Amino acid sequence: MSKIFNRRNNQRIAKVLIWAAAFAVILVMLAIIIYVLGKGLPVVNLNFLTQQPSDAGRAGGISSAIVGTLLVTFVAILVATPLGVGTAFYLTEYARESTVTRIIRFSAECLAGVPSIVYGLFGFIVFVIFLKLGWSVLSGGLTLAIMVLPTIIRTTEEAIRAVPKIYREVSFSLGGSRWQTITRAVVPSALPGITTGIILSIGRCVGETAAVILTAGSSLRMPTSLLSPTRTMAVHFYILAREGISIDIAYGTAALLIISVLIIDIVANILVRVFVAKVR
Amino acid sequence: MIDFKEKSTELALLFLALSSIASLALITIFIIAEGVPVISKVGIINFLFGTEWAPSLGKYGILPMIVGSISVTLVALVIAVPTALCCAIFLVELSPRFLASIVRPAIQVLAGIPSVVYGFWGLIFIVPFIRNYLGGPGFSILAGSIILAIMTLPTIISIAEDALRALPPSYKEGSLALGTTQWQTIVSLQIPAARSGITAAIVLGMGRAIGETMAVIMVLGNAVALPKSILDPARTLTTNIGIEMGYASGEHQQALFATGIVLLIIIMILNSIAQYAARRR
Repeated sequence: MSKIFNRRNNQRIAKVLIWAAAFAVILVMLAIIIYVLGKGLPVVNLNFLTQQPSDAGRAGGISSAIVGTLLVTFVAILVATPLGVGTAFYLTEYARESTVTRIIRFSAECLAGVPSIVYGLFGFIVFVIFLKLGWSVLSGGLTLAIMVLPTIIRTTEEAIRAVPKIYREVSFSLGGSRWQTITRAVVPSALPGITTGIILSIGRCVGETAAVILTAGSSLRMPTSLLSPTRTMAVHFYILAREGISIDIAYGTAALLIISVLIIDIVANILVRVFVAKVR
Repeated sequence: MIDFKEKSTELALLFLALSSIASLALITIFIIAEGVPVISKVGIINFLFGTEWAPSLGKYGILPMIVGSISVTLVALVIAVPTALCCAIFLVELSPRFLASIVRPAIQVLAGIPSVVYGFWGLIFIVPFIRNYLGGPGFSILAGSIILAIMTLPTIISIAEDALRALPPSYKEGSLALGTTQWQTIVSLQIPAARSGITAAIVLGMGRAIGETMAVIMVLGNAVALPKSILDPARTLTTNIGIEMGYASGEHQQALFATGIVLLIIIMILNSIAQYAARRR
């Protein structure tokens, strides 16, 4: 009599559980996406995209929320990308391991865990109140920039670390400078990873509610400058859904949010592939 | 000339690194400066272990929120970690190529779904489900945990997957060559070898769960009371800020910043533990 839990059976049981887990995850994803798109897509049409909200969001479209989302996200990524990628390259390629780099890394790690609502509190007290930027595109964008910074640092660092040491050694041995080694040998192979980090960050900015509602405000007007208060799509959806203002328009907004994320992902994936092909 | 270019890029990068870190310092300083006055007025013991939160009466006890945050997060991790690890293993070891090329983008998309959408979905599906089949008001720790588990999956899966994939293939080949089954190789070699990455994955997921606000506001019920079971409503540290920041002012607002300090400290402790674990290979 062989035991039930011999190593062959363990292998079979484990395989079944792993497949089940993977399928459960996919099912949940499909459930959410199909439900939201099913309810929301019928609401989305040209008017919905181009008209301004009226009657507190009960009628009209969501054009000002779309513009608000784009502006806030743009500011955030514009500020966070150079900071984050630069920091990661400094940590991995230039700095020697020391107390300073450990402090920088620990800080980045802590920043990564800081809840978005705390970034909201910070942005509120620093940008909105202290720097007197008010509830504005700029306050919201800067707050989000600091929020996604750790993500960009971490993913970039991991992408750089994944580049085999031999690439650098070969480049150095051919007389390449550190800068040439980084730009010609490290960056091309690390780029997909770096891009993924930035994509994740764009997604977080577009979907963030807590930090934005405290710093960019919830004005329904079309923003006219970086100092205008604005409302992003996620905030718009939250207010519509929670206060039961218009469930239809809420679903439409949610569908649009999900579709934007899909488009961002597809475009980024294509870019990565094109780039990788070019480098090779 | 090249030397000059080298030096200046290094300095520029150092400057960027320091600016990034300055932002953490600033966050800590500003939040603490805003919150500490209330804590010192109420007394740290009363603040942390007081069970009464009544801003209009000047009572600021956040124990119910601390208990709420911890229980929601733990239950969420109990659901999410095994599922996510299985999923990562699936992607790295078991999945046929075409399936992986469907599953991975799907996870990427999941990561992008805004938290409010998850919250709303939970409000429509999970809350009524719990109310009808498990009892209680439906707005509960369990509902919050399920939503948080789903939300943390993409984070944990993608980082754990990267960690597993980063292992040199010779590890696995060596182990399999010794006659182990694939499962033995995964459990006793690949997962331990990727431990630092997996720990990072779980900590990031945990951070996301503890820090999530909007999704949780919608399904947790938000009552300020010590929960007795996972079917009871609760309020977390984050939702406490999220709900009241809109109208709070003066001392009340400072008390919310003080809540933020507690969140920050919890995150710091978690990260220290995780970094320690990651170093101990």
